Amino acid sequence: MIKPLRFTRKSLGIPYAVFLVFFVIIPMLVIVFYAFTDKNNHISFVNFINFFSDPTKLSTIVYSLVIALITTAVCLVIAYPVAYILARSKMKQKYVILMLFITPMWINFVLRVNAIRELLNWIGLLGEANYLNTIIGMVYDFLPFMILPLYTTLLKIDESLYEASADLGGNSFTTFTRVTIPLSMPGIMSGITMVFLPSMTNYVVSDMLGNSKVTIIGKFIETYFGSDWHMGSMIALILLIVVFVSTLLSGGFKSEDNVRGTNL
Amino acid sequence: MSENASNCIIELKDVVKSFDDTLVIDHVSLSVRKGEFVTLLGPSGCGKTTTLRMIAGFDLPTSGQILLNGKDISLLPPNKRPVNTVFQRYALFPHLNVFDNIAFGLRMKRVVNTYRNPKGEEYTRTEKLTKAEIAAKVKKALEMVDLEGFEKREISTLSGGQQQRVAIARAIVNEPEILLLDEPLGALDLKMRKEMQIELKAMHRRLGITFIYVTHDQEEALTMSDTVVVMADGVVQQIGTPTDVYNEPANTFVADFIGESNIFSGTVTGKRKVRFCGKTFDCVDDFEKNEMVDVVVRPEDIVMCEPELGMLKGKVISVVFKGIHYEITVQVGRYEVVIQSTERREVGETIGMNIPAQEIHIMKRKYTSNIYDGVITKRNTVEFADGEFECDVTQLYPGSHLDEEEYLVTAQGEKIDLTGTEVTVEVGLEDISISDDAEAGGAQGHIISIIYKGDHYRVIVRTDESEEDFVFATDDLWNENDYVSVIIPKDKIKLTLKHTEEKAA
Amino acid sequence: MIKKCLKAFYIGLILLLLYAPILLLAVYSFNSVNTIGTWGSFSFTHYIKLFTDEAILEMIGNTVVLAVSAAILSTILGTAGAMGIYYSRKKAKTLMNGANQIPIINAEIVTALALAITFVAVGLEKSFFTLLMGHMVICTPFVVLSVMPKLKQMDNSLYEAALDLGASPAKALFKVVLPQIVPGIVSGFMLAITLSLDDYIITSYTKPSTFNTISTYVYNATTKGNAHTAVTLSSFWALTTIIFVIILAVVLFANITGLKNKKKEAHE
Repeated sequence: MIKPLRFTRKSLGIPYAVFLVFFVIIPMLVIVFYAFTDKNNHISFVNFINFFSDPTKLSTIVYSLVIALITTAVCLVIAYPVAYILARSKMKQKYVILMLFITPMWINFVLRVNAIRELLNWIGLLGEANYLNTIIGMVYDFLPFMILPLYTTLLKIDESLYEASADLGGNSFTTFTRVTIPLSMPGIMSGITMVFLPSMTNYVVSDMLGNSKVTIIGKFIETYFGSDWHMGSMIALILLIVVFVSTLLSGGFKSEDNVRGTNL
Repeated sequence: MSENASNCIIELKDVVKSFDDTLVIDHVSLSVRKGEFVTLLGPSGCGKTTTLRMIAGFDLPTSGQILLNGKDISLLPPNKRPVNTVFQRYALFPHLNVFDNIAFGLRMKRVVNTYRNPKGEEYTRTEKLTKAEIAAKVKKALEMVDLEGFEKREISTLSGGQQQRVAIARAIVNEPEILLLDEPLGALDLKMRKEMQIELKAMHRRLGITFIYVTHDQEEALTMSDTVVVMADGVVQQIGTPTDVYNEPANTFVADFIGESNIFSGTVTGKRKVRFCGKTFDCVDDFEKNEMVDVVVRPEDIVMCEPELGMLKGKVISVVFKGIHYEITVQVGRYEVVIQSTERREVGETIGMNIPAQEIHIMKRKYTSNIYDGVITKRNTVEFADGEFECDVTQLYPGSHLDEEEYLVTAQGEKIDLTGTEVTVEVGLEDISISDDAEAGGAQGHIISIIYKGDHYRVIVRTDESEEDFVFATDDLWNENDYVSVIIPKDKIKLTLKHTEEKAA
Repeated sequence: MIKKCLKAFYIGLILLLLYAPILLLAVYSFNSVNTIGTWGSFSFTHYIKLFTDEAILEMIGNTVVLAVSAAILSTILGTAGAMGIYYSRKKAKTLMNGANQIPIINAEIVTALALAITFVAVGLEKSFFTLLMGHMVICTPFVVLSVMPKLKQMDNSLYEAALDLGASPAKALFKVVLPQIVPGIVSGFMLAITLSLDDYIITSYTKPSTFNTISTYVYNATTKGNAHTAVTLSSFWALTTIIFVIILAVVLFANITGLKNKKKEAHE
């Protein structure tokens, strides 16, 4: 029996499904293919072994991780008070002030990095302190990624929980450590992921501010794009796995935390 | 005084609280005896929760004092007060399980222990409670609220009633001197609420500590409390035992809010005589002759009889069965009288009614007319209560009239510019009407109170800006919170000069 | 009171640091000299340069054309996709949702590398098409994510009511469902535009070598400096300032109208 062709609501998804297959799934499979083949396109673990047995590669990764860790920590330390103050403020215009923290995000990313490059050049740091500059630039660029998820979780904490803690004898310090921090943990985790991941991979900042002397994992992949796709794919695959695992651990991606989110 | 003080655990002295210029608590004084179950009762927004929050320390009074055992604690932070709260929506910590929620306060606690050193000298140490002590106390508290074995449960897995019990356990485990309960049963269903009422009462008896309970549910207040504090508009209306506030309401607000009542406008016609519903009744209260009063009669206090034997006679217009009794509404002339009785009557039947003298409650009328401070404007209108009304300014000077240029000319022929003159404005209760067209009247406001008085409604409209009230009688039923405009006919606005002597001079 | 001042001071300080680089450029964009720190005189030199340099004008045009076309296509594809996912059975739903998450979670460099290698592997020359597809890969998932919540909020019986009243399924979707999710579509479109305007990495991997956007142009000018650079760098100050002012105006406008709408709602 031949079913007559009929419009159903589900069929609306077909174009996007096709698009996803061709431009998302297949490219991912291509990466996996290259990662596990050698230069003659034979299945091989040579890239995997080479990667983990080369000290220079590993030290690059470690440097990149350290940069990302410091960036994330600095962002957290700066952003937490901002988010906390704004979330608990009774001011009517607090939303406008929050918007002020987000607004620079809408300026083109490269132009924004260029602006901080000019500032660093002006105060004489450019070319002098490449790692410091990279971290300054990353903190500057990724700070809103930290503020927003923290703000949304802190805003959700009911005022009566702070009162309950005080009522039960907690002073402001114990209330902060035993109530505020544990309850804002989802926001902290999602902020950390949203800052940590780009600080490992977004090499625009390290290139423009680190005088092309700082190599983070993202840049590392790029350097292999010209010479060895197989190794490049292997590093990309490892990065992909790291990213997915850490996203899973932090409770998945939440669209509400997206900084450029117009649903603010 | 000293005797009073020793017996009294908490005392509010002339406490005022305002948030951004809005007065929420208006000179409240209140004292609570040790071990008492006190209920703060009133409609939402009456200030009962704010009062409780000031006792807990979450809000600080704008002026006045709060004394705990005679000591001023007005400005003490909540964590320093020997008071614990059961919050309206429980405020249980979602990241902690039942045990850790209840242990939260115990872990904050420091106790002074006395020890003896080897030489036999005594010394003291401030220490935390040990793990074993905490566990034992939590266990006891859980037993108290019938939740044995719930220690490890996560808060999100508990039902509303169980969360309620954990919230109570979390408060009482700290052995507070006063337990504050902010509408703790509000979120529970009716059956659960009844059960918890009984349990709370039993718990009060067992613990022997003072309970201060906030609710808007009059039945809850009457069944549970030793003392009921009725509040409205940030003012204490009446303090008394449940029997007192029910049987002897201090004013029409209390009478209307607690239980069902018939409220009539009446006049005192002689010694222990009051006239309402077109008849003169004997009563037990003494008021000055000809004084305008409000008369309150509870529906269950009206005795039905044969038509010719009753003081009042009327036709039954509705009968509703309420389970234990019938609610019978009778039309007596132009008044409606509500009766509660176990006897049934038929709609259309004519019946007689008597009211025993001791059941007629008479109270001084709070509102006999509206009085405002006003100013005459350029256009010979008067401004008061956030509004502007047309008026007859010639009444300020007998025999005067207005000339073509709208200047006032007195009887002596003197021309006066009245602009800016301060006057006292008086408007009778019968002379105000309202409209839902905001442009129709001279002032606008929200309806804040409606009380049915047998044949009409007494409505209070409050303006938003300076919170002036317009009190008046109307036959139409409006809704509370309606936004309306106030209409006053030109000839009903009575004006008197404020500074007659100065003007004369 | 002291606490309040400290809080205000802290917020102010962080905001100041956040805006310092942009304000610095804004001030010196009116400088007649090409160096930051030495003030020549007030002039529009950099702005004139910006609007007369053909290479710069071309890359600005490219950026806008790319962003608008990527956003329009992503919005259509993503809206239809979201509806398709929403009405699918559980299995298809989970699969599509999972695939939709990949470009969002993935590091951009991984997505870019994967696309670039695939294009080469299938023999696809880099062109405006490959660039457009690259941008759609990063934009469309966000459109889906903005439309989806609106679909979930919608009362499902609306569609059934439309069918009950005689509308065909397609008519019901266009006349009843679509109007319900317009806010989600609009925010998805805005999101797609900003993502595309902002992008460097995907662009650099999928663009033809002669095609430049603001991102790639500025990146190349600053990292691979050439003789032309000193002149163009200062015109970027002017460009940054103009973009900043436009964004500020949009944000202010959105806030003012937003506040007005809220007030209106409160009154009704």
